[in-house]
Amino acid sequence: MNQPAPHVEYRAVHKRYAESDWVVRDLDLELNRGEFLTLLGPSGSGKTTCLMMLAGFEPPTMGDIRINGVSVAGLPPDKRGIGVVFQNYALFPHMSVGANLAFPLEVRGLSADQRRERVARALELVRLEGYEDRRPNQLSGGQQQRVAIARALVFEPELVLMDEPLGALDRRLREQLQYEIRRIQRQLGVTVLYVTHDQTEAMAMSDRVAVFRAGRIEQVASPEVLYEEPQRPFVASFIGENNLLRGRIVSVERGVCHVDVGDQHIQAAHIGDLAPGSETLVAIRPERVHIAPLSMHYSNEFDAEVEDISFLGDHLRVRLLTCGSSDFIAKIPNIVGHGGILPGDTVRIGWGALDCRALEAEAL
Amino acid sequence: MKRILHLSAATPRLGALALVLPLLAFVTVSFVIPLGTLLGKSAYQPEVARVLPQTITELREWTGDGLPSEDAFAAMARELTALGENRPELARVSGAINRVQSGMRGVLNRTARRLARTGQAGSWRATLTGIDSSWEEPATWLAIREAGARFTLRHYLHALDLEQRSGGGIAPKAADERVYTPLMWRTLLVSLGVTLLCLAIGYPIAYMIAASPPARGRILLLLVLVPFWTSLLVRTTAWIVLLQRQGVINGFLVSLGLVPDDGRLQMIYNMTGTFVAMTHVLLPFMVLPLYSVMRSIPKSHMAAAVSLGAAPLQAFRRVYLPQTLPGIGAGSLLVFILAIGYYITPALVGGRTGELISSQIAYHVQTSLNWGLAAALSSILLVAVTVLYLVYSRAIGIERMRLG
Repeated sequence: MNQPAPHVEYRAVHKRYAESDWVVRDLDLELNRGEFLTLLGPSGSGKTTCLMMLAGFEPPTMGDIRINGVSVAGLPPDKRGIGVVFQNYALFPHMSVGANLAFPLEVRGLSADQRRERVARALELVRLEGYEDRRPNQLSGGQQQRVAIARALVFEPELVLMDEPLGALDRRLREQLQYEIRRIQRQLGVTVLYVTHDQTEAMAMSDRVAVFRAGRIEQVASPEVLYEEPQRPFVASFIGENNLLRGRIVSVERGVCHVDVGDQHIQAAHIGDLAPGSETLVAIRPERVHIAPLSMHYSNEFDAEVEDISFLGDHLRVRLLTCGSSDFIAKIPNIVGHGGILPGDTVRIGWGALDCRALEAEAL
Repeated sequence: MKRILHLSAATPRLGALALVLPLLAFVTVSFVIPLGTLLGKSAYQPEVARVLPQTITELREWTGDGLPSEDAFAAMARELTALGENRPELARVSGAINRVQSGMRGVLNRTARRLARTGQAGSWRATLTGIDSSWEEPATWLAIREAGARFTLRHYLHALDLEQRSGGGIAPKAADERVYTPLMWRTLLVSLGVTLLCLAIGYPIAYMIAASPPARGRILLLLVLVPFWTSLLVRTTAWIVLLQRQGVINGFLVSLGLVPDDGRLQMIYNMTGTFVAMTHVLLPFMVLPLYSVMRSIPKSHMAAAVSLGAAPLQAFRRVYLPQTLPGIGAGSLLVFILAIGYYITPALVGGRTGELISSQIAYHVQTSLNWGLAAALSSILLVAVTVLYLVYSRAIGIERMRLG
């Protein structure tokens, strides 16, 4: 049986604006029907440009974008039928909420009755029943965002693009709306391509996340895989927190490699096809590092000097001097207190060989 | 305690008032007083009544049938004799009366001169009619009484091309005697035309500037502002160089063979010249408010409209254009009000057929010295503009207007 075509495909897409460097380089990406995929990356990494190319506002310099297996090159944005939620909401200030929502229906020639009914249904979806007659400037930021989402959905598109829609809201409202957007997406079964620079947001909402860096995708995977199995140091440090130790691979055997880090020796999971002698960055999550006064029989155990301790409620954050790094972080869950560790103490730290990953070294 | 609190609250208020005072004084001196004086001049003219008080008092009792009483003749003669020694005052009064009825300047001057030489001969009535037969006509006395009224609507009637019928009642002048109403209509229509032209040319310019990247936008905006740094006279005369019969444009057309050498186009010293030069001069006043409004419209609005399925033209009409209405209103009002009182440009390039009402006002201020009529014409313009402004503020809402 043939695999159905992905809903959206980017095929070797390049983009640059006149004279500038490549904004997007050699992008290959597929969105499956009903999927929530997030483009995550620092600002200026090309993720919004990807969105705008799919919406039809910017043509790719090279490559092809397909929807349902059909190239959309040359199809103007108003014919693509894609819902777009903009960063600043882009509600029309001279129209009421109801008129804003009715606009896409009106240009599609729906009757007044149909429009009224659909608008009411869309407002119900975002829990703003009865707000038809308000003006956008009479609404709070969160309400405006809900209206913008409703407007992008009211004409029942199969594909919705969202460009940092929650960027201007405060943290609590953001979390609430993240949940709402996810609920609506599941309820309607639409495909969503979402852009954000907030990794927590990406992790909380997405089926899959594409991590962008300087116009390229570093890794596309589910949030769990991204966190547990980063393929590159950039992803390891961008998603969550990681200690990165620079070293050289000495030997490899059965998925585990031995790495020289300064005058210490680390055993780590072997990623990719790094040969002995090559440079590597070993990534260790702070919460995987254990601290104890005595030996713990881990494959990796070192003496470390405590530089600093911060109490952060649910955990303690300990900054250590070890393995040639003066900024090695360990997190101790606040279950048993901090066990009397004080700055200046020498402690024993340890972690398992498969809790750390030897990644190909690159400039960060 | 309460009083201290009250005082401490009042002091900053007084301070704020003191800060506003210079501005208030400036506005009063430069705006309220001249405007008030102007309006006053159009209806209040005390000169004749001040110089000929007794005559005017006597004439007030006169019914208007036949000739006035001997007392009136006596008062007139006495006051004219007294005036004979004060030449400038006589000139002013005879001028004022002459404006009501032409020929009166000569009658008054002659009478004053002869009275000073000969004095009374018989009754005053006989003396005056002996000097000039005009004194036997009731119209002469009517004119003096008319000019002696401190408050008069005469200038307004004149400005609106109306006349007082001898039997009472007001009627429009014969069509071929009307001077000011056709000119006012022309001024209104030209202003309206110039406003529409400015809008048609200025809207795309403003859009282009607002849509340009900041660096290019700044340069374009500078180009719009350059005319402001050039003398108005220079800009207007530049159009003469371009448009005249032996000018650049005609030369170019002739060299292309589009226009025969003996049929060069008359593009200046007529309505065309007025339109072209005024549109050019007033264009920045349209572009700037439009640009200011357009700059505040996020680019994402058009993108959003298009993503929602509107064709570009539809998106422009439904989403962009309505948001620029405050700028269109502000620019149009500004250009229209400036155009309606424009003087130098139409005077230089308008010739006879491109002349506007402002030229007539200038003529009456500078040449004919009929300030009352000039003031009446100006007041009518002022009223027209005010009415327009009120209609506009009702229709679009002045609070939505943006002047940049």
